[in-house]
Amino acid sequence: MTYWDLLSYDFMQRALLAAVFTGLAAPAIGTYLVQRRMALMGDGIGHVAVTGVALGLLTGATPTWTAVLVAIAGAIAIEVIRERGHANGDVALALLFYGGLAGGVLITGLANESGARLNQYLFGAITTISRTDVIVTMALAAVVILICVGLAPQLFAVAQDQEFARVAGLNIRAYNLLVAVLAAVTVTVAMRTVGLLLVSALMVVPVATSQQLSRSFRTTLGAAMALGTAASVGGLLLSAYLSFDARVAPGPTIVLLALAGFVLAWPVGIWMRRRRRLRQPFPVVPAAAHQETDPHPHQHGEDCGHMAVPHGDHVDYVHDGHRHAPHGRHYDEH
Amino acid sequence: MSSPVVELDNGAVAIAGRPILRHIDLTVRSGEFVALMGANGSGKSTLVRALTGLWPLATGALSLFGTPFGSFHDWQRVGFVPQRGTAASGVPASVWEVVASGRLTRRKLLRPLGRADRAAIADALDVVGLAHRSGESVSSLSGGQQQRVLIARALAGEPELFFLDEPTAGVDLPNQQVLADTLRTMSGRGATIVLVAHELGPMAPLIDRAVVMRDGRIAYDGPPLASEQVATAHLDGHHHHHHHEPEHHDHAPHVSSLIERGDR
Repeated sequence: MTYWDLLSYDFMQRALLAAVFTGLAAPAIGTYLVQRRMALMGDGIGHVAVTGVALGLLTGATPTWTAVLVAIAGAIAIEVIRERGHANGDVALALLFYGGLAGGVLITGLANESGARLNQYLFGAITTISRTDVIVTMALAAVVILICVGLAPQLFAVAQDQEFARVAGLNIRAYNLLVAVLAAVTVTVAMRTVGLLLVSALMVVPVATSQQLSRSFRTTLGAAMALGTAASVGGLLLSAYLSFDARVAPGPTIVLLALAGFVLAWPVGIWMRRRRRLRQPFPVVPAAAHQETDPHPHQHGEDCGHMAVPHGDHVDYVHDGHRHAPHGRHYDEH
Repeated sequence: MSSPVVELDNGAVAIAGRPILRHIDLTVRSGEFVALMGANGSGKSTLVRALTGLWPLATGALSLFGTPFGSFHDWQRVGFVPQRGTAASGVPASVWEVVASGRLTRRKLLRPLGRADRAAIADALDVVGLAHRSGESVSSLSGGQQQRVLIARALAGEPELFFLDEPTAGVDLPNQQVLADTLRTMSGRGATIVLVAHELGPMAPLIDRAVVMRDGRIAYDGPPLASEQVATAHLDGHHHHHHHEPEHHDHAPHVSSLIERGDR
């Protein structure tokens, strides 16, 4: 069997469809979570959803649906705790993390199910996804993507500055709850792809990567969705390719591929930000006394090796911690 | 006299059960430029947050543009510049995008920006002098420039009434001057402005009226004061617009003794 034969199998095509849709949806909602500085919220919801999956195993209901319900309840709880500001947001998340995970493992035991069954949900089992599951995944992901893109102006404003958004007449509580519910839905959608314990990575890592290089929200959102899709599809194909020689699970491969993208973008981002900061114009304020440089053997100019920074109507050349401004035949200290 | 834009009658605000603002009577008329002043902790920011509905009133009646606050929905008439050190959040956003979010008061759901929206955003950027940096990330701007972005965001909604909460806190002098010029433009266009400020600096010549807060109550309401007078505003004998009952019963003893000494 060759690699291309593998791709023609039904289970592989279903997996590819699921990967595309989760790869688009997870970073879309993740962008708003990162904007709110709640990057770990997806992780908190993921842990709570473990209890939901276990409840499904115990009662014989479909674990996906019990996970959706419990995840939404958990997300609303996180949002309420955050809004009330009673506990620190991160402490509230921690309480839910451990409660959700412990409850899930306990209930799975009660249901007489093996850990392997739970593992499918903890670390993903994209290649075992059924036809119905693919349709549900695509539908829910499409809803998430449409809302995240369609309501982008409102969601952006609420996440950027709650107080301003409220005085602008937006119902911020409704929008906050909407983001929480969308995050919960995304977690359960991505559960089958990368697993509950890694779901947050697909929501956050592509955003972290794209914001290294972007200057606007719109490009951050778009690039994060593109990177998320590339990582989930690429990770799936890569793991399929490697699985001829070794047991390579798709979930971790997807996450590691996304992280590899970040590792590549990060130094570039640092370099670009540093460059932009150095070229920032100097403020124009009434000058101190006129002061010439010491006799200056060096002729500044284009590509002289010294950074030329705009300063009002001229440029200052940054030279060994001094700012040299051309003035007639000499240079002034600015 | 022009119509009242903000009317607060016997307003009080309690935070976690503790009375913070008491007995606030404040009327701001159309076109006025009012500076809310006072020391840190005097309640001037709390008052602006009460006037915008961010803090609920414990007692008292608030109306905006003659409409009781409960039934007021004309939020496009109000512009708010919250007290924030930064215009940035966890994800990059361009200057244009932050300013454009101020246009939401006039946008319907799921509709793209129209020509009028784009023109208002461009004008707002122009007024604060940041049109040439609209594509840059707000986090790359200095603190004073970010304050200008926040003001442009409020301007983009083309409101008639502005609340500004300490826009000049921690802002360097050149940027304070630009902020003052912006406020002059806004005021010149007929906007009503309520400005919370610890110090007026270059904005001093723009003020029509000063309201000085002290310990959660209005200590002075009248013509502009020189900054050194603000600290002692309750000591000068003439309380121009002081509608309060003549007898002050302040529960902070050191304050009441000062007021009584001043009144006698």
